[in-house]
Amino acid sequence: MMSGFLYLAAAVLFILSIRGLSSPKSARLGNYLGIIGMSLAIATALFAVPAERLLPIIFALALGGIIGVISGQKVKITALPQMIAAFNGLGGGAAVFLAGGEILSGGLHPLATSVGAVIGALAFSGSMVAFAKLQGILSGKGLKFKFQHALNLVFSAVTLVLFVAYLVSGQTELFWMMTILALLLGVLLVLPIGGADMPIVISVLNAYSGWAGVGVGFMLNQTLLIITGTIVGAGGAILAYVMTKAMNSSLKQVMLGQNSKSEGNSSDFSDAVAKSGSPTDAAFIMENAEKIIIVPGFGMAAARAQHAVKEMADILRKKYHVDVRFAIHPVAGRMPGHMNVLLAEANVPYDEIFEMEDINREFATADVAYVIGANDITNPLAKSDPSSPIYGMPVLDVGAAKNVFFVKRSLGSGYAGVENPLFFQPNTTMLYGDAKAVTEAIVKELEK
Amino acid sequence: MLDLMIIFVLSAFIGYFVVWGVTPALYSPLMSVSNAISGVIILGAISAAGFAESKAVEVCALIAVVLAAINIFGGFAVSARMLAMFKTKEKK
Repeated sequence: MMSGFLYLAAAVLFILSIRGLSSPKSARLGNYLGIIGMSLAIATALFAVPAERLLPIIFALALGGIIGVISGQKVKITALPQMIAAFNGLGGGAAVFLAGGEILSGGLHPLATSVGAVIGALAFSGSMVAFAKLQGILSGKGLKFKFQHALNLVFSAVTLVLFVAYLVSGQTELFWMMTILALLLGVLLVLPIGGADMPIVISVLNAYSGWAGVGVGFMLNQTLLIITGTIVGAGGAILAYVMTKAMNSSLKQVMLGQNSKSEGNSSDFSDAVAKSGSPTDAAFIMENAEKIIIVPGFGMAAARAQHAVKEMADILRKKYHVDVRFAIHPVAGRMPGHMNVLLAEANVPYDEIFEMEDINREFATADVAYVIGANDITNPLAKSDPSSPIYGMPVLDVGAAKNVFFVKRSLGSGYAGVENPLFFQPNTTMLYGDAKAVTEAIVKELEK
Repeated sequence: MLDLMIIFVLSAFIGYFVVWGVTPALYSPLMSVSNAISGVIILGAISAAGFAESKAVEVCALIAVVLAAINIFGGFAVSARMLAMFKTKEKK
């Protein structure tokens, strides 16, 4: 009875911890409430265990805790997406081991156990592949091979058949086969997905780890697990929805790896010439500007240019009294909110950072749009060319600014394989080079 | 069973509204906080380990405890680090 009340308190604290994220002001408090809730829940669970069996559990808890805290402290901010993917996978893995243990001890809830095992296995292996891709162990490009869809379909179907067969017959061999198949399926589903779709994949995997928890909660008759798992599952689902909306794709397209196809490229700019400039030119125009909007993309993260960008914004503001703002597209980067975290790391105050719908009309009155390491999210073809793979995706209207600077390594097309006509517009200047090096060169010019 | 279903459905509504209230700027911390709290399945792992009747079950449960603990501690640590960076303009 008492433990029930403590679990209820933990559930309330968890809800408040997510609620806290409604504003950066309350977010830190929210995180503490989450920690208190978790401590309460763990202490309550430990209290119920017979004293003579506590030692190995405490040891396991301490081991996991130390690994978790150290990796959480040590990880570079630029490596956060893969860290979050890895943590996600471990949660799924825990669900698989719990379900396995339940089967070994002759469990009474085959349905809930199977749900926990299958979704947990998908979350685990899928997240590990996502981790390997983000970490650069596997190529970030989608891996595709013949009959991939057919293979995935067969695997899904067989998993489903085993699922039903296990429920009907209760043969535990079927359970193990199903779990192993789900692990393979997780790998196969994430392999074909390319880097720019990562925000969606991470969100989906996040949701899976929540739903796996719900399965385990039903298996163990444990309401706190159901409540928490459902909230996490809903969170991941909503993030995935927001991300797919921002890319104008559907979950089905991403999961089948269809997003990164780039054949439908009808626009040809092979004759057009893009004008390139030097950091000196850019610095000169920026000094004399009144309003500058900076648009960061994955390239800024890859080059670790956020500190240089912040420095540039500061000097423009202080020395030249320019109004500098940041515009963020929802899918810029490799995880939801990636750019916000990077800019926060560089000490850019969050009230200078605007979401796409809040700043898009400001481009028309801006003197400069400084696009650093972004491409597809600015591509006007998304509005004008129905045959383009990115058609319908909401984009930042950088082309409306008086001058547009693109900081890019080369003229290559973006992730989606679509040419960006903005590069050839008369008011566009390309600044070729490493995002960090170019921005630092501009800062140097501005300091003169 | 019905009780659990009721809890499940009502939680889905709570989750829906609470998560839509999260500001897009904090979507990354949202993921790591929800990572951390989804580690709450550690409760199941702790009691499974505490009441296991065979060595195999105990080992499974203990592995689950380690994995979930990494998830919990790592998730909160990463969130705390990210959230510490979100600041407004420094007051002069």
